[in-house]
Formats: sequence, structure tokens, C-alpha cells
Amino acid sequence: MDGSQPISIEQDVVLARQTVRRLAIECGLRLVDQTKLITAASELARNTVIYGGGGHMDWEFVEEGTRRGLRLVFRDEGPGIADMKLAMTDGWTSGGGLGLGLTGAKRLVDEFSLESTPGVGTRVTICKWN
Amino acid sequence: MDRIPILRMGEFLLVTIQVDMHDQLALTLQDDLSEHISRYGSKGVLIDISALDIVDSFIGRMIGTISGLSKIMDAETVLVGMQPAVAITLVELGLTLPGVSTALNVERGMRLLRERVLAQ
Amino acid sequence: MTALTQRTIDVIRKNEGSLLANWTANLDATGVSRDARVSLTEIEAQTREFMRLLASNARAGDTSISGNDWSETRTFLERLSRSRALQGLDSQSTASFIFSLKRPLFDLLQAEYASEPADLAPQVWAVSELLDALGMHTIRTFQKSREEVIARQQEELLELSTPVVKLWDGVLALPMIGTLDSQRTQVVMESLLQRIVETGAEIAIIDITGVPTVDTLVAQHLLKTVTAIRLMGADAIISGVRPQIAQTIVHLGIDLQGIVTKANLAGALELALKRTGFAVSKAN
Repeated sequence: MDGSQPISIEQDVVLARQTVRRLAIECGLRLVDQTKLITAASELARNTVIYGGGGHMDWEFVEEGTRRGLRLVFRDEGPGIADMKLAMTDGWTSGGGLGLGLTGAKRLVDEFSLESTPGVGTRVTICKWN
Repeated sequence: MDRIPILRMGEFLLVTIQVDMHDQLALTLQDDLSEHISRYGSKGVLIDISALDIVDSFIGRMIGTISGLSKIMDAETVLVGMQPAVAITLVELGLTLPGVSTALNVERGMRLLRERVLAQ
Repeated sequence: MTALTQRTIDVIRKNEGSLLANWTANLDATGVSRDARVSLTEIEAQTREFMRLLASNARAGDTSISGNDWSETRTFLERLSRSRALQGLDSQSTASFIFSLKRPLFDLLQAEYASEPADLAPQVWAVSELLDALGMHTIRTFQKSREEVIARQQEELLELSTPVVKLWDGVLALPMIGTLDSQRTQVVMESLLQRIVETGAEIAIIDITGVPTVDTLVAQHLLKTVTAIRLMGADAIISGVRPQIAQTIVHLGIDLQGIVTKANLAGALELALKRTGFAVSKAN
């Protein structure tokens, strides 16, 4: 990982967005891809605060042939997700939102993986290639 | 506490969002707007988001709520200036803001509001 | 890991001149230096530089080229393969440049270790490993440069194939031609949205007369684009929906949710003009 920052309170979601914007520009992502990645990060960072009770965002630049990408990890030590299938259903929410956080974020990025253990925490990894 | 300013222009309210909003700020704006509509009997709300480079589901929901709230209070809402990258991202996110009127810029948005109010 | 001995390195340094001569001869024999795209003076300069780097950077011990000692050599090889990739040479001739040094080096070692054949084999192996590593590095960079060239050309091609034209004040048209893949549709749509902002157009006509087939994915892209255009505060009309495409769309069960479609571009323009408040009439 190339860096990390805490996401504990709501204001940190804004800071996370700003960091991701800076990294996405540095990575050379096109404007639309930057916007998609920042939006996905915003959704996931908010989840980390609301459902995870706070956690961290880690990032790293990745390379594959001539492609460059940016990988972000959102991790918390919160209650975890009991029903992963339900959590990945469009429109389902446990927190009074629109239920587009996880599924929406998934549609905005090139790679998405969700690991969660009830009682241990949740870890969402996303990646966007240029 | 910081707030997003709401400008009164005759029977319309104008909000220009220029900062990267955190969630509480968005909720405050929602409350302030409904408060203004009721106090001044405003007929329309124009929200300019041309300076926003992202709109996530939370802000999208806020816009939808403001539009719904104002409708109940007999005011029209027009959202103006959404950037192409933001529009593409919102559609991909699954947020198409049904029922929210849109216009390309403030000038067009004002025209649209006036037409709507006149038609009533 | 086989190790280079100091003796091997010394003999290479001492015979730099003759190695260079034999290498050049070898390059000539294999035809590498006869390619018109690379001048003889260029090859001469490159062989001399590489020989100098090899002689001065080789250290007794391991034959890995990833360390700091080899950074100058790596940079040299990267520059070399990049320039060759841009000149349009193939990977074989680029790799041969390095590999054709093997013969002169092996000959030299054979002469040096003639009386100690037991020492010869490991040293030949070590030198071979070293040259293989340098050769592979050249090929890797070559490949990467070629991929970069291809990627750039693809991008240029995409930009060429996305003309957004202004039909009237406030009316833009995007005539789409050829097969639409997902990446191309995305780029085309983005440039349309950008032009809407720049021109303040109220209506965009997406003409698909020149599109041979529409599948679910393309139809979804069209739908998303129209939705995005509406979010921005403009509207869209899809024109040029031929009978076969209309049939496909219905068969696929794609719902074009209140999107206005017209059979041809003329019909779409007429509607767009009407909506923007223009009337077309015959003079007199």
C-alpha cells in the first residue's frame, strides 16, 4: 500500500474524496473515470463511518503492462455484514439510505471485492484502470 | 456552523452549491430551504450544481427530497448545470432523479421556472 | 546462481576492441545492421556504448541486472528498444542486437579458458545468463513501447470517429457509423455530452442510420446517454431506427422508456426545430 488515512467521522468522507481526487489525477485517469472513482469512494467511505463505526482507507497505484490503475481499500472493524447477498441487492438498505452504496460503487469501478465477517469487520477493495 | 447561502430573487430561491459538501451540510440545506419556502411563500427553487464535480447517492437523495418537499409546498424545483461526468456517473450509480426538472444553466433554469409558474 | 569470476570480467575488459569488431561482423552477417531504417553510424555508436557499459558494469558475483550497477545499462537498452519500436522494427531484430554478442563472447572465453575446461562451462553459463537478462529487458521494453504506440493510435482513431455536428442553433447531431462496442460508445457519448455543455444545445439527435446492429449492451448505452443528457438539462432524439433494428429492440425486450425515436434524421430535425420554436416553410 502506498498510503492510508483514517475515516472516523463524517467530515473524513470529504477528506477521503479529496485524497482520491488527487490520486486519480496523479494516476492519469480520464475525467469521467476520476468522477466515477471519487463517487464510489464517497459511498464506501460513508459506509465505513455509518455501518463500520469508522475505519481506514488505504491506497496503492497498480500497473499491468501499459495500464495504470488506482486501488482503494476501505476497512473497518465494525459489526460486519451478516447477509452479503442481501447487501449486494440494489435498493436494499439497513441504514435509511437509498441502498445504492455498495451496488452503485460496484458499477462505477473495474474491480470490486467485498469481504466481511460478522463481529470482525468489513473490507471493500475497488480498483479503476485508465 | 457553516451553511450554504440561499438567495431570494422575487418569488424564487437560488442556491449555488460551490463547496464539497459533507452530509450534515446537505441536511442543513434541505431544512433551510423548506424553511425559506414556507416563510416567503416562494414559488420556485433553483439549485445550481455547476461547480460540483461529484454527486453521490447522499447528495442525489437530498436533491430528490428537496424537489419532493417543495412540490408539496407548491413550489417548483429546477436543477441546473450538472457536469457531463457527473451525469454519466449518476446514471451508472442508478440514480436518475425522476421527477426532478433540469436545465443546462441558471438562465435557462430561470426561464423554465417562470414558464412553470405562469402555467399554473 | 552461477557467478562471474573476476578473470572473466578482466578478459572482457582487455578485449573490448576485438569483441566490438567481432560483434559488428556478427551483426552484419545476421543482417541486423543492414536494415535501412537504422543507419550504420547509429549501430556503431550503439554497439560501442553497450560494450563500454558491459565492460564497466560487470562485477564479479551474481548476474542479476536489477541492481543499481546496471541502471545506466538498463536505461540505455530502454532507449534503444523504444527508438526501434518507433522506427517500426520487429522484436526479433531488436533482440538479435544483444544476442549476437554471445558468439564473440563465447569464443573469447573459450580461448581464455582453453586449458581449464572445468572453469569454462560455468563462465559461459554466467555470461549467457547475463546476456539473456539484458536481452529480455530489451524485449520487454520493446513490447511496452509497441503497446503504447497501439494504445495511442486506438485513441486517435476513436477521436476521429466521433463527429458531433451542429445542425441548428441549439440542435446538435451525432451521426454514428459502424459497429458500436462498449468502449467506443462510451467515448462518443462523452464527447456529445461535452459538446452540449460547450454549445448550450437544448436538443441532441443521435442518428444510428449507419449502425448495422444494436444489441442489448448498445441499447443500454443509448438509454444511459439519453438519461444523462436529461440530467444535464437537455433532451435527446434517436433517429435512423431501421425496421430490423426496431425489430431487434422489441425482440430483446428493451424498453426505451419514453425516449423519442424518429425513422430518419430529417424527421428528428423537424421535431427539434419545432421544439426550439422554429418553423420551416417554403419561401414563396
